[in-house]
Amino acid sequence: MSTIHPRRRRAFAVAGAFAAATLVLGACTNNSGGDDDTSDAISKSNTDNDKSGEKVVIGFSAPAADHGWMGSITKSATTQAEQYDDIELKVAEGTNDVNLQISQVETFINDKVDAIVLLPFDGAAMTSVARKAMDAGIVVVNVDREFNSPFAARTTVLGDNYGMGVSAGTFVCDDAAGKTGLKVAEIAGIDSLPLTQDRSQGFSDALKACGLKVDNRVAAEFTVESGEKAASNLLQAAPKIDYLWNHDDDQGVGVLAAINNAGRDEFTMIGGAGSADVMEAIKADNSVLKATVVYPSTQAADGVKLARLLVQGKSLSDLAEIEVPRMLKLAAPIVTKENVDTYLPSAFRS
Amino acid sequence: MTSLQDPSLSVPAPPKGDRGGSIGLARNLGLVIALVILCIVGVATAGDRFASSDNVLTILRLAAVVGVISIGMTFVITGGGIDLSVGAILALASVWATTTGTQAMAGDVHWIIMVFSAILVGAACGTINGLLIAYGRIVPFIATLAMLASARGLAEIIADRKTQIIRDQGFLDFFGAEPIGIPVIVIIFALVVAAGWFLLNRTTFGRRTFAVGGNPEAARLAGIKVQRHTVYLYALLGTTCGIAAVMLMSRTTTGSSTHGTLIELDAIAAVVIGGTLLSGGRGTVVGTLFGVLIFTTLTNVFTLNNLSTSAQAVAKGVIIVIAVLLQQRIANRKT
Repeated sequence: MSTIHPRRRRAFAVAGAFAAATLVLGACTNNSGGDDDTSDAISKSNTDNDKSGEKVVIGFSAPAADHGWMGSITKSATTQAEQYDDIELKVAEGTNDVNLQISQVETFINDKVDAIVLLPFDGAAMTSVARKAMDAGIVVVNVDREFNSPFAARTTVLGDNYGMGVSAGTFVCDDAAGKTGLKVAEIAGIDSLPLTQDRSQGFSDALKACGLKVDNRVAAEFTVESGEKAASNLLQAAPKIDYLWNHDDDQGVGVLAAINNAGRDEFTMIGGAGSADVMEAIKADNSVLKATVVYPSTQAADGVKLARLLVQGKSLSDLAEIEVPRMLKLAAPIVTKENVDTYLPSAFRS
Repeated sequence: MTSLQDPSLSVPAPPKGDRGGSIGLARNLGLVIALVILCIVGVATAGDRFASSDNVLTILRLAAVVGVISIGMTFVITGGGIDLSVGAILALASVWATTTGTQAMAGDVHWIIMVFSAILVGAACGTINGLLIAYGRIVPFIATLAMLASARGLAEIIADRKTQIIRDQGFLDFFGAEPIGIPVIVIIFALVVAAGWFLLNRTTFGRRTFAVGGNPEAARLAGIKVQRHTVYLYALLGTTCGIAAVMLMSRTTTGSSTHGTLIELDAIAAVVIGGTLLSGGRGTVVGTLFGVLIFTTLTNVFTLNNLSTSAQAVAKGVIIVIAVLLQQRIANRKT
């Protein structure tokens, strides 16, 4: 087997190269600054509910943090949990593999946690295992991407996706002030998600009210790279645009890069989700970005808070209602130069 | 398990008979050690939470989907090929089997229709891969890359990029059941492993696979129909993708064009750390089984210990390298 030897040596060389590359990459991409901005906005409730109660073990699982908003989801959930000494948060690996996410929830069930806060990669695909957790007496709080059965979660926290589209569309209508024949373009997120379909529906419904429609629509995948690709194609296809709504500020980094590369500035761009970078650009008012629509990245933090209240048998103190509500739908306000200072502290970093 | 052949002896000529135990065992020793170390770490860090039967079943359920594909992948890689399209084929099979049309037919006749359509779609895609590679003379990497793109694209078109929910309770009940405490999908995984081991080590088909992968020209001169055999190998892998699709359908109660994303990398990694040679001619089903179990146990131990995403990815990479190095050293010392 002497023929193996060179092969082995090569294997060692490759392994060494990988190790070196890992070190270099690790050093380059370690940006710990900036990300902490959201934590300023995450605090206790400042009510009697804050009082330390029985210990609550919460399992948390979310998709892979492949864009800033999703990264902020996990980060803000962790930050929130740290503020209560009666919460023990178990964070499972972020994953876009439904098979793996199911097994994470199964592990939480085996561990007999008190509650599970779950942002599913695909709501429908996670419904059955969430139901299993509920059947095992675990409080399940569903965040952002909805299950397809009401029995699979005790409480659901959702952003208002349809409302995002409406806010963006209404801004366009107000800004257009009755002009017709304007060209409106849209860069959507992952098209297979119901939330993307809701956003687009809201946008087109709001535009219809003032006689406009979406002339060009492309879909990206929430990542910077996909945003750049989709926007380049869109700009090529549409030589003149008046308004452009981009569903997501993370992919927006790529969208802006494409816009700059194409040297285009004849239109007004509206963002989505509300990243700190975009809000700063709106504040500076020196680019095509004039507005964005908030989609709170603190949803999972709210999920953690609600899970704690549910397990401890407390209620939402500002409501007359005794029980924690079945569903919370968060507002999707439009952010412009006028009100940007209100929303900047709670914005996430791309 | 100890009677595995040593495939290194089967190159280039097809092996005859059982070349016995101790060498095969030695080859797998590195894997056994890795798995034992992982289990020790698991018990040390998570105690009863790791060692409970519920947790073992959680690991096995997670392993089942990627495991079935890895067994099929073992055949293709042993035969000198590679298949990057398995995740896309899984997605297409899951979508095809859950369209309203298929589900309506299943409702009228029996849910087994859904199972058959998933497996048929998988086998058909695999056959197309095989034909393109064997008779179209396209490099496997390229042919299956094309299949990766087009199968997932077709899945998206059919599903209209939506998640299709399975309504048939009979299907869900059957595959969600746990006779004698073991989930049905784990039993199916075990059957596939047993069938794969038998096929590779105890049949002419298996011997031909080693021969074709080790030296196609020698195999051809020895009278093996290399092209036809290559088609069989890819069709077999496609079939296992169909089976995996059914498993994932039962686990998620859905069919979706996003199912199985990047599962090809997990499958190839499991096969390679199991000891199957990427250049072909040498392969082991038992090694692949260990490879799959090592990865899923690793994931489980990390989940139990609350470890971060990034740390996991690094650890996985390191373990691939260590496992392969360790296993090569042991194998070489013995031979």
